[in-house]
Amino acid sequence: MSLFYLLYIECLSFWKMPEWLIFIMWYIFNFILIVILMLLTVLFLVLFERKYLAFYTRRIGPDRAGYKGCFQTVADAIKLLFKENIIPKNADKFLFFLSPLIVFVPVLTVWALLPFSSGFYTFHSCCSILLFMAFLAIPAIGILFAGYSSGGNNFALIGGIRSCMQLIASEIPSFLVLASIVILSGSMDLSVIVKNQSGSILNWYIFPSFLGFTIFFICSLIIMNRLPFDFPEAESELVAGYNCEYSGMKFAMFFLAEYAMTFILSALVVVLFLGGYNAPFDFYITDCFNLSVILREIFINFEQFFWLIFKTGIIIMLIMLIRAAYPRLRTDKTLDLCWYIFIPLSIFNLFIAIIIKYMRGIL
Amino acid sequence: MNIILTAIDYIYNKAKSNSLWPLTFATSCCGIEMMSATASNYDIARFGSEVFRGSPRQADLLIVAGTITHKMAPFLLQLYEQMAEPKYVLAMGACACSGGMFKNNSYSVVFGCDKIIPVDIYLPMCPPKPESLFDAILKLKQEIQKESLLTRKDKINSHISKLYKKENSEILTLKENMHVFTMGI
Repeated sequence: MSLFYLLYIECLSFWKMPEWLIFIMWYIFNFILIVILMLLTVLFLVLFERKYLAFYTRRIGPDRAGYKGCFQTVADAIKLLFKENIIPKNADKFLFFLSPLIVFVPVLTVWALLPFSSGFYTFHSCCSILLFMAFLAIPAIGILFAGYSSGGNNFALIGGIRSCMQLIASEIPSFLVLASIVILSGSMDLSVIVKNQSGSILNWYIFPSFLGFTIFFICSLIIMNRLPFDFPEAESELVAGYNCEYSGMKFAMFFLAEYAMTFILSALVVVLFLGGYNAPFDFYITDCFNLSVILREIFINFEQFFWLIFKTGIIIMLIMLIRAAYPRLRTDKTLDLCWYIFIPLSIFNLFIAIIIKYMRGIL
Repeated sequence: MNIILTAIDYIYNKAKSNSLWPLTFATSCCGIEMMSATASNYDIARFGSEVFRGSPRQADLLIVAGTITHKMAPFLLQLYEQMAEPKYVLAMGACACSGGMFKNNSYSVVFGCDKIIPVDIYLPMCPPKPESLFDAILKLKQEIQKESLLTRKDKINSHISKLYKKENSEILTLKENMHVFTMGI
């Protein structure tokens, strides 16, 4: 049981609440916390991306709404909330309503599986890597439904099919890389994987499997539909891709899911390869001060949270730099990249991981 | 009741006016000026409208940048009708405002896009500079901030009557032609 859960029980048992109510309330609190965290991250990420792209093209970026444009995404959100909801006449109405939810809910669920610090994780499972990747495969189905249900719109349908195509292509190499990580750490639990990387920067899994890191990073770009691989929403080929017929709040839901996915997948890259919430040196900054035991525990959790967000931010900045720098690939080139290059390389990476594990056992 | 409504109006109008997402729609040379307005020297992103949407469902502002020919007119009307409700039209350039230099004798040009769709703001010049496009957008923003949720409904109704009930105009013939054009394609 995590430290925050014990503190929470201490607080609530003070008022003599029944035990089952405390148990249920814990998950409700966590859910609310995660939803607020996700909305704040997405609001910040969209604004940050617009400013960052402006920085790369020597522009100013949004600076009229609020102080230096800090309310720009809030304004966008309010506008999208009030916008008219158009449903095409011959659309499959049930699927048309359902598909934004199919895209949005799994991405939200996945946030519960991530160990934000050694004390704060909502849902603890012994095979959370598998759950993570399984949930992240569902949004592609939602995108396919969105393309299928929007009233015989060819652009939307092509976008949906492309989404499934690139999901299948990128899933196999990324799973092979995950297998190498599982072999190195000896566990499928994300929090155990992070714990095994603690100590120093040399324990991070980026060093035994740098090849795996590269493959997984590019595959995660394909899964989250970021720019060099954003075939489902290719603006110059398909008008707006799968969300061609969506307006207002439903479109905002797709938008939200896309950015939440960007954050959560780069956090997964950090957890698997860059040591998760561990500090880059072999001690925590909190240990430099003389604090009492409980205070130290709390502050260390905040510091670990900071390190996770810091490393994730670096990965996200890398992703946005790639977006600013590169044009879109051709679809068949991407499939060639996945099937002919990544799968053999990831099998090679798996062999390296097995050999390293075996050598460690001998030495 | 009115106090609540004005408060909602204030926030909603601020949000609406600060995120006018334009539609990617350019029919001739004014489109080049529109493109340079998005690029780094002028930077339309400062007003929060660099998000050029390809799909009319997600766009708020239809910048009619250039000459509208009789062949293009049905598609302009279709694009306008496909846009979701808080939608604004900016007629950019002399051709879109009144027909411009084709006004005297041309068999192929619609004399002003307000013959087809209701226009919120006119920007006459041939072609207008990016600065004047920004000026037009800022004036449109001022117009939006005067709006209210109550009066907006009347405005839409008046727009619809302009679209469909107008007699002795080109729209009726366009509506008939539209069938032919779409069949042809």
